[in-house]
Amino acid sequence: MILSEKTASQLSALYKEKKCAPDETLKSLGEAVRAKDARTRAYIQFDPSRARRRDVSKDAPLWGVPIAVKDNICVADEEITCASKILQGFISPYHATVIEKLLAAGAVICGRTNMDEFAFGSSCETSFYGPTRNPRDPGRVPGGSSGGSAACVADHTAIAALGSDTGGSIRQPASLCGVVGIKPTYGRVSRYGLVAFASSLDQIGPITKDVRDAALLLGVLAGHDPKDSTSANLPVPDYPEVLGRPIKGMKIGIPREYLSSGSGQSGISPAVQKAVREDAVRVLERLGASCREVSLPHTAYAASTYYIIAPSEASSNLARFDGVRFGFRHRGGKNLLEMYEKTRGEGFGAEAKRRIILGTYSLSSGYYDAYYLRAMKVRTKIKNDFDEAFKQVDVLLTPTSPSTAFKLGEKSTDPVEMYLSDIYTISANLAGVPAISIPCGIEERAGKPLPIGLQFMAKPFDEAALFQVAHAFEQHTDFHKKLGNVKE
Amino acid sequence: MIPTIGLEVHTQLATRTKIFCACAVEFGAPPNSRACPVCLGLPGVLPVLNREVFRLGLRAVLALKGTPSAVIRFDRKNYFYPDLPKAYQISQYAAPLGQGGFIEIASGEKIKKIRLNRLHLEEDAGKLIHDQSPDTSHVDLNRAGTPLAEIVSEPDLESAEEAVIYLTGLKAILKAIGVSDCDMEKGHLRCDANVSVRKTASDPLGKKVEIKNLNSFRAVKLAIQYEIRRQSEALEKGEPLFQETRLWDEARQKTFTMRSKEEAHDYRYFPEPDLVPFSVSAEEIEKERKALPELPAEKKERFVREYRLSAYDAGLLTQDLKIAELFEEAARIARDNKTVANWITGPVFSYLNEKGKAIEDLKLTPALLSAAANLVKEGKVSLQVAKEKIFPEMAETGRAPEAILKEKGLAQVSDDPSLEEWVVQVLKEHPKVVDDFKSGKETAAMFLVGQVMRKSRGKANPGRVQELIRRKLKADRTS
Amino acid sequence: MTPIDLRPVARLARLHLTDAELKTLEPQVARILDFIESLKAVKIEGVEPTSHPLSLSNVFREDKPEAFDGAALEAFIKRSPGSRGNFFEVPKIIEDKS
Repeated sequence: MILSEKTASQLSALYKEKKCAPDETLKSLGEAVRAKDARTRAYIQFDPSRARRRDVSKDAPLWGVPIAVKDNICVADEEITCASKILQGFISPYHATVIEKLLAAGAVICGRTNMDEFAFGSSCETSFYGPTRNPRDPGRVPGGSSGGSAACVADHTAIAALGSDTGGSIRQPASLCGVVGIKPTYGRVSRYGLVAFASSLDQIGPITKDVRDAALLLGVLAGHDPKDSTSANLPVPDYPEVLGRPIKGMKIGIPREYLSSGSGQSGISPAVQKAVREDAVRVLERLGASCREVSLPHTAYAASTYYIIAPSEASSNLARFDGVRFGFRHRGGKNLLEMYEKTRGEGFGAEAKRRIILGTYSLSSGYYDAYYLRAMKVRTKIKNDFDEAFKQVDVLLTPTSPSTAFKLGEKSTDPVEMYLSDIYTISANLAGVPAISIPCGIEERAGKPLPIGLQFMAKPFDEAALFQVAHAFEQHTDFHKKLGNVKE
Repeated sequence: MIPTIGLEVHTQLATRTKIFCACAVEFGAPPNSRACPVCLGLPGVLPVLNREVFRLGLRAVLALKGTPSAVIRFDRKNYFYPDLPKAYQISQYAAPLGQGGFIEIASGEKIKKIRLNRLHLEEDAGKLIHDQSPDTSHVDLNRAGTPLAEIVSEPDLESAEEAVIYLTGLKAILKAIGVSDCDMEKGHLRCDANVSVRKTASDPLGKKVEIKNLNSFRAVKLAIQYEIRRQSEALEKGEPLFQETRLWDEARQKTFTMRSKEEAHDYRYFPEPDLVPFSVSAEEIEKERKALPELPAEKKERFVREYRLSAYDAGLLTQDLKIAELFEEAARIARDNKTVANWITGPVFSYLNEKGKAIEDLKLTPALLSAAANLVKEGKVSLQVAKEKIFPEMAETGRAPEAILKEKGLAQVSDDPSLEEWVVQVLKEHPKVVDDFKSGKETAAMFLVGQVMRKSRGKANPGRVQELIRRKLKADRTS
Repeated sequence: MTPIDLRPVARLARLHLTDAELKTLEPQVARILDFIESLKAVKIEGVEPTSHPLSLSNVFREDKPEAFDGAALEAFIKRSPGSRGNFFEVPKIIEDKS
């Protein structure tokens, strides 16, 4: 029995039956990381001796379960880098709310995972600490920005991990690595302690080996936080409770703009098209759901809207990295201005600079109306599209990513092409709706099994519907077992 | 030359904690000791609005006769400076807490309505200290996140004097409604002035010059006066004026251009995504309006009506709530409005001015004040002695004026035998003046009274002295 | 595609960019802006802007003081890239009086 290969719920059961103890799990993870992390570089830091836990009841839902954390979530008295040089030397003096919640639920916080610098990217290649590689094929990217979290879960060097999702940063790497990732409704999980990328889009969510773990973790993470003004004060349903409910009669919408060509989208790969549009639909219909096409007419504008709003907010959110109070400071500056400019010029990587410049540009006077204000209005229309769609159907079905994992360096040269790989995921952030990615197929490339992911989206705060349909699909298709995520 | 002036006043709201975090608002604490991850602008933190800030702001909006915006939002104002931890200030741009409103000021004979443009909420920045080392500046973020309301007037003021009257009135209102302590020493009230000058009323408005950081009423007055003079002279000579920001140099008594080392500011305002919108219901507005205390202008009218004071005295007595309360209570006890009013606008105000103190700093009670006023009225002590010898001690220690009077032997002499002696002596010492009086020179009597007062060291009752002198000399004349 | 000068933007963002960086970034940003132009095709008359996907309003905290851990605060200041005593320290800010 290799404990690192277990899921959170399997571990809980083993602990209850006294078949093993949390320290053994940590030890097993340590061995796995030592053996395998050099290949993926999923972690920025993994040190079981620094594991955090609280003395809570053994009945707590995540008692003894180690959780890896994306390195943009604050853990008190721990370094946090956002995979950027500019945070060098910064130690957070406080816990993010999600960390408080995990500790209260008995989880063991262990390991900080790699990411695109400040979550800017879809490939995990922009990290100051070097790229993370996809465990399914180390020549390929794990996706991003939560690439480290997805890779360590897929590689069994973590039991489960936290990610953050601003335009697909949980779902796309989950898809490319063949694991489960959910971006909750905006406001479902507290953002307090998540280093902000784009405040109106960011959400923290779990990346797990199967749907049950995702439901289990979200149940712990979700809920109102008085420290976050944008956190919703709504009851959190018992998510694991909905697992196993049949989906007979569930209405599933397929947005025609996501699958048809010629709507301005970059090409969807034939393997992905088939796995989602044909195979997945067939499975869902066999399970009694009814699938029909719906329309989200403003889909073609989502990428443009996103690439105005996200960099604009980011340019402001990243202004506090100025070398005054924490992190990296350029030492040779003759005066304050030079200290600022050189600190930021040397501290930020190329993609961060590109986004800061783009955001500063679109907020500057003379451009605000043409860019930011217009984008906020188009955002309203995109949101309205979803409201309309959810009057007709319970959930929406789309691919998560237009293709399976691409090779390192393959897309980094052209930013627009890179941005377009987020095409299916960004709308959910703009509209604030919850979305989950689960494995739905495997594409063999040069002898390597590359996972294909599908995405379900639901109306705001209806994560339960996502778990219900995703679990039914998973149990029927067994991709979580075919990919080796869950072993008996 | 016609000056046009508008004021932007920043006032610190009287809350216990900062605007977006639970740190205590405290003046004079050790550097960076009243700070937390939120007001230090650490990565990952989020703001949550202090309910009391919103309530006090709303109260001010209503007291200033403004209207709350239907949807109230916060925006980010982006710029880099070491005293601004997040490199943006959370402020309000497009949808401020309050819009419109006005303050009525007495300008010369007439009452003038100064319109307000808006009242918005924002966070204060920290403090920079430049004099600790030759090549570095120091940052203290205790003040960062202190709640401020910025009250922006329309350009309805026409002179430095009007600006000061406006400020005085605004301060009185803010203090009366308990929104701000308005302690200028602690920077609770800070002012920027926009000044322009044009030749005639039919000309378009001149180039607007913003004068920043006016931290006393005196600075406001002098800086605006200076600026009007400077701009008028330039206009007369046909020299160009620029839209610019200037700073007031207290030492040199002039404004100077704040030379911007960087390009013009571009604050890149956009809606603060970390805060939600706010709104106030009609019921809440009504409730808060009803809870407003009597405002200084209303109080002033009532004082004129009820106590039969001049508008001028009533105005002076209603600028500070504590003063107004002192007056009303003391007048009730003393049963004499006019005398108590004179006491406050006279000895009390001059003592406060001289010592640079506020009324709260004194141990003066209405009972003490009315007792002192009555001592003078009953002729037991002269006004001068009461003001100079009794009042300071009474105000500082809270001791009864009768006790101080007795202890210091300051009782006014009206029928003491010594009074008659002093009169006889003075008449003897100044035979020439006595002759002048006898030949009909009335002013000579005043000189003689003065001499007796000197001998008594002010203790003599001047009325009684005059009476005695006249009686003596009359007797002499008839004999 | 119109060429753009990013130097003033970089100054506004307090971001030092080398000439080489500018040379790479300028056409990239121009290309992104060009891509974003597509938004002009959307009819937005009378549409309210969405700055936020949630329909929450009036979220407050109470005016109750709560001090942050003093030891943690001090340790944080000590670790900062520039501190003297309990102050943060930065290069001298010249206050011009001309």
